[in-house]
Amino acid sequence: MSQDLRKKESILRNSGFQTILASLLCIVLGLLVGFIVLLIINPSGAAGAIAAILKNFLYYPSGAAAIKYFGTTLVNASALLMCSLSVLFAYKVGLFNIGAAGQYVVGAGACLYCALALKMPWIVCLIAAVVAAALVGGISGALKAYFNVNEVISCIMLNWISLYCVNMLLTGVKEQTTPYTTPLSSGNKSALLPNLGLDKLFNKNEFVTIGLPLAVIMAILVWVLLEKTKFGYELKATGLNKNAAKYCGMKEQRNVILTMMIAGGLAGFAAGIYYLTGIEQWMVQQTSVPAMGFNGIAAAFLGGLNPIGTIFSSYFIQHITSGGTYVDKSMYCSQISDLISAFIIYLCGFVLFFRLWLNRWLDKRDEKAKKGGKA
Amino acid sequence: MLLLIQYTLIFASVLVLVALGGCFSEHSGVINIGLEGIMVMGALGGALMMKYLPEGTPAFFMILLVILAAVAVGMLFSLLLGVAAIRFSADQTLVGTALNLLGPAAAVVLVRAINMAESADNVSSTVMYGQAKKAFLMNIGKFEFNWFMLIALLVLIASYVVLYKTRFGLRLMACGEHPQAADSVGINVYKMRYAGVLISGALGGLGGLVYITAGVSEWKFENGVAGFGFLALAVMIFGQWKPVNIGLAALLFALFRALSNVYTGIDLLVALNLPSTVYNMFPYIISLVVLVFVSKKSRAPKAEGIPYDKGQR
Repeated sequence: MSQDLRKKESILRNSGFQTILASLLCIVLGLLVGFIVLLIINPSGAAGAIAAILKNFLYYPSGAAAIKYFGTTLVNASALLMCSLSVLFAYKVGLFNIGAAGQYVVGAGACLYCALALKMPWIVCLIAAVVAAALVGGISGALKAYFNVNEVISCIMLNWISLYCVNMLLTGVKEQTTPYTTPLSSGNKSALLPNLGLDKLFNKNEFVTIGLPLAVIMAILVWVLLEKTKFGYELKATGLNKNAAKYCGMKEQRNVILTMMIAGGLAGFAAGIYYLTGIEQWMVQQTSVPAMGFNGIAAAFLGGLNPIGTIFSSYFIQHITSGGTYVDKSMYCSQISDLISAFIIYLCGFVLFFRLWLNRWLDKRDEKAKKGGKA
Repeated sequence: MLLLIQYTLIFASVLVLVALGGCFSEHSGVINIGLEGIMVMGALGGALMMKYLPEGTPAFFMILLVILAAVAVGMLFSLLLGVAAIRFSADQTLVGTALNLLGPAAAVVLVRAINMAESADNVSSTVMYGQAKKAFLMNIGKFEFNWFMLIALLVLIASYVVLYKTRFGLRLMACGEHPQAADSVGINVYKMRYAGVLISGALGGLGGLVYITAGVSEWKFENGVAGFGFLALAVMIFGQWKPVNIGLAALLFALFRALSNVYTGIDLLVALNLPSTVYNMFPYIISLVVLVFVSKKSRAPKAEGIPYDKGQR
């Protein structure tokens, strides 16, 4: 009898381990599909191309150059991490924040405008980015809470409205001859994030700033907020069963709006730590929303919707996205890594099924072992 | 003014087709956010067929084959959503988002590969089909009538008839409202949902084809479909999942979308001196405003988005 009560806790039953296993499976299958597509397009260079995607900065033979581009990948990954935290946070409360891309755009517009037109130091620009993006997120949240507007649709509409508004706003601070905004190094040096010596770690890559550790700290803070605070518990309860939460006295309308504001703020922070490094200028004639927000969705689900997991998954997604730029352009195009990322998100949808299937297989196996023992 | 009506009708055709596709899918119980991706893939199918058809084929065959190509590719692509959502109980919003990302990426990769295979210098993502496009147009006086406008109207009428007057349509709607009740009278909920998703793939693909042939003779696939799939979803919600209302809503949204193309010809609007980006934003702002008024008493299919589990009550 005591043997039945004490079910042997195999590591395979641990839900955390199952999620990691499922994510790894998604990655392997996604890369395999990418490899097959490359093979179909041009068999001769396929192996080299998939290797280029996987190697990313290791493409450079000299260690110094590799370290430098590793730094650039990390800068991109930290922004992606913030975007994926934005998506993750909203999803825990039952909301699909597809508007992370639009909130990212608003954050970028706010911080670049503060930097170039208002000549503010970096801390003000960063706060402006967070606040502006939080407000946009709050609009979606309010529309959902008070008018029951589907947050996916309202976020998409806001994505496009934000894009056009930011393009209009930043046209005032762009260079004379090109459609790009003036670089921060010439427009307003005080708006650049401080390096605090991190740039020397990456072979004097001036784009590596305090943004990197800040992003990781934010991930840990989000984890603490969701797992260890009363507010986080209330938010998760609202997401699991809105009516039960309301019955317990939790203000579900306030929670929905606050959640979208926090999610928006996280995406705005992403834009702040990306554009305030001076790594890129904004193109005021962009016709589509930057991919960073949408890749954040991939990273959030690949990380098993766990803030610590997203640190690793957002690095991986950025690694293959940056790796895509190193494929042989005469045979393939860089969109192949977008295709791989998209297919990985698609496979992440199967994770629930994979876990159900694994648990059922383990149950059958344990039952057989038990029957064998009794007989 | 004539140009405005022309653009409005063609954009309305796109919105009607795609929104009806989403309508069929959601009535069967599967949320189809991936319409944008399906549009791009259907457009790709149609564009490639137009590119490779020999020049001498009679107009009727050309239209038929191109439409078939777009519909077939759209249906195949929507199967990705179908299998994941119906067989594997995946989160439908997530899979739809994945399709939206997968569609444009796959289209660009494919088009670039084809262009590069033709000539090593051509690295663009453009497909040109100038000759074939002329088959779709017919000039009535100064008005350029596009056959797709008629097709969209016919599909609208057919959808109304199928959904409300046939056994298939009524059973389809039952699967989205209360699948357990439908199952208890012997309807195969899984088959009905697959039908709903495939129909949405077909109509979405057709809508994509109409979008890229509206007014232009080549399409740069990097652009995707510029958010039209989501505008169609807004049309569907505004139309409260009813075909006739969807048609009217599509006309409204299309009017605003068309304005951004033709406002330079209307003196009243030019006098207002608004920057062109404001006109680009109009359809999206109007969608938001409209959704605010309509979503409170939303008549969404009750069981949409919930994977069907036979074991549950």
